[in-house]
Amino acid sequence: MTIGLGHYLTVAAILFTIGIFGIFLNRKNVIIILMSIELMLLSVNINLVAFSSFLGDMVGQVFALLVLTVAAGEAAIGLAILVTYFRNRGTIAVEDINMMKG
Amino acid sequence: MSNILATADATAALPEIFLAVAAMALLMLGVFTDRNRTDLVNTLSLAALAVTAALVIFTSDGGVARSFSDSFIVDGFARFMKMLVLFGSAVAIILSSNFLKTERLDKFEYPVLVLLATVGMMTMISANDLIALYMGLELQSLALYVVAAFNRDSARSSEAGLKYFVLGALSSGMLLYGASLIYGFSGSVAYADIARAATSGEVGLGLMFGLVFLIAGLAFKISAVPFHMWTPDVYEGSPTPVTAFFAAAPKVAAMAVFVRVMHDGFAGAVAEWRQVIVFISIASMVLGAFAAIGQDNIKRLLAYSSIGHMGYALVGLAAGTQSGVRGVAIYMAIYMAMTLGAFACVIYMRRRGTAVERISDLAGLARNDQVMAFVLAMLMLSLAGIPPLAGFFAKYFVFLAAIEANMYTLAVIGVLASVVSAFYYLRVVKVIYFDEPADEFDAAPFEVRLIAVAAGILALGMVLVLEQLNIAANAAAASLFL
Repeated sequence: MTIGLGHYLTVAAILFTIGIFGIFLNRKNVIIILMSIELMLLSVNINLVAFSSFLGDMVGQVFALLVLTVAAGEAAIGLAILVTYFRNRGTIAVEDINMMKG
Repeated sequence: MSNILATADATAALPEIFLAVAAMALLMLGVFTDRNRTDLVNTLSLAALAVTAALVIFTSDGGVARSFSDSFIVDGFARFMKMLVLFGSAVAIILSSNFLKTERLDKFEYPVLVLLATVGMMTMISANDLIALYMGLELQSLALYVVAAFNRDSARSSEAGLKYFVLGALSSGMLLYGASLIYGFSGSVAYADIARAATSGEVGLGLMFGLVFLIAGLAFKISAVPFHMWTPDVYEGSPTPVTAFFAAAPKVAAMAVFVRVMHDGFAGAVAEWRQVIVFISIASMVLGAFAAIGQDNIKRLLAYSSIGHMGYALVGLAAGTQSGVRGVAIYMAIYMAMTLGAFACVIYMRRRGTAVERISDLAGLARNDQVMAFVLAMLMLSLAGIPPLAGFFAKYFVFLAAIEANMYTLAVIGVLASVVSAFYYLRVVKVIYFDEPADEFDAAPFEVRLIAVAAGILALGMVLVLEQLNIAANAAAASLFL
């Protein structure tokens, strides 16, 4: 069996779904949410590189590199906000993020 | 290599380049001078926004300019939306200076972050391919996550920042996943090539999937239902001038991107995306009207109000015609002015040195401060869309476009939703004029009063300048349908 575009897209789709479920089903810890976000972005990168190779077009790989750098920036800012949140509340449990409701 | 430099004609992007350099220069100024330079950085950032606005106007010959191998486009639509965004950011900085000082938050990073977010918004408005779109969107979002959590010693502000970050990153991920599918199934990231691949009747399943993810990501950014959950919490938790900023410029920019992607990238597939837009438009209008009724916090009320208003603006997009885009442009201009005015009034609500946010705190304002009471009442009636105030004309043009496109159901639901939403706007007016007076508010800083009064005058006098706004919006819309 040869590995074709469909296989790559399936892996990416599965990873993306795991990422989304990780955000919504996880009740424990905000760090897991950050990991899920990272997983979503990486699945997009698999998509982009697979399409790039399949189409014989370099743009997809350029896009993937841009996504990598932005993901690094996003993780940095996310962790910084998480640190300020922890200083104020002393917890990063997801179920405690509930000061505002309605 | 020289070829790339020759084709990267950067003059079209001069306003963005100038603003980005100015933001970094101001950051250096703030870091490398020992005294507290917040006031200076504030003033200079306003000057930078003014120069950028001048560049937007004077570097163009009125036509279409492209640069960076066609991934960046400046046309009438981009200029119109950029002027709105620059204006919204400038007003947000003016509103913030005194508020942040009294809350001991006057750090020079704030105007710098607002400038960087503005660069991002201008980039995404001018984006002509998916890479430029994503770059602008992230530049804007990353700066906004930080300003949401700007009051870092407050649990509520950092919670607002955290919520905004998590849901914003989720939406960026969905948008990006959609972009990757669109790239794969159309073979290009450029809007023009995507439009060729996506002509009506033969939009493949992969492209359709990508389009839906892209719409979901953009709907998050304009806080349309069912992707609105972050809005009330972020609006309530962030410092009020930050909320004023969130409600104005980023909404305009995201809506502009939405319109450009749909009309440039998927112009041939109107029938396919129209039903999705109609759904989120109706859901936003209805939820905005009903969910705001039970609120007693004015910032949450304005959050639901902005969700509803995004629904009305989407009516114009759903029409899928030039007059629909004109309606969106007029709607965003008027919405931004009214919202900034309303938030100026919220910033004015301070009693004995602390900010108050409940609607009942406005009780009897009419007896303590007639001018502000009248201004706030006019702004509320204008947001409700009562003629002859500005908000009525905003709604008129989008509903007109929907009716011209034979979308009667959408228009009727929109009008009914605006009748329901009039209830909570009128409740604020009732509290101001008829409830037992509460204590007086503290004297407001001059510029806050000025902005509120100016917005009030605009709400009343929109009839007089409507013709000019209509001409400008029409020219902007026409440039998308060349």
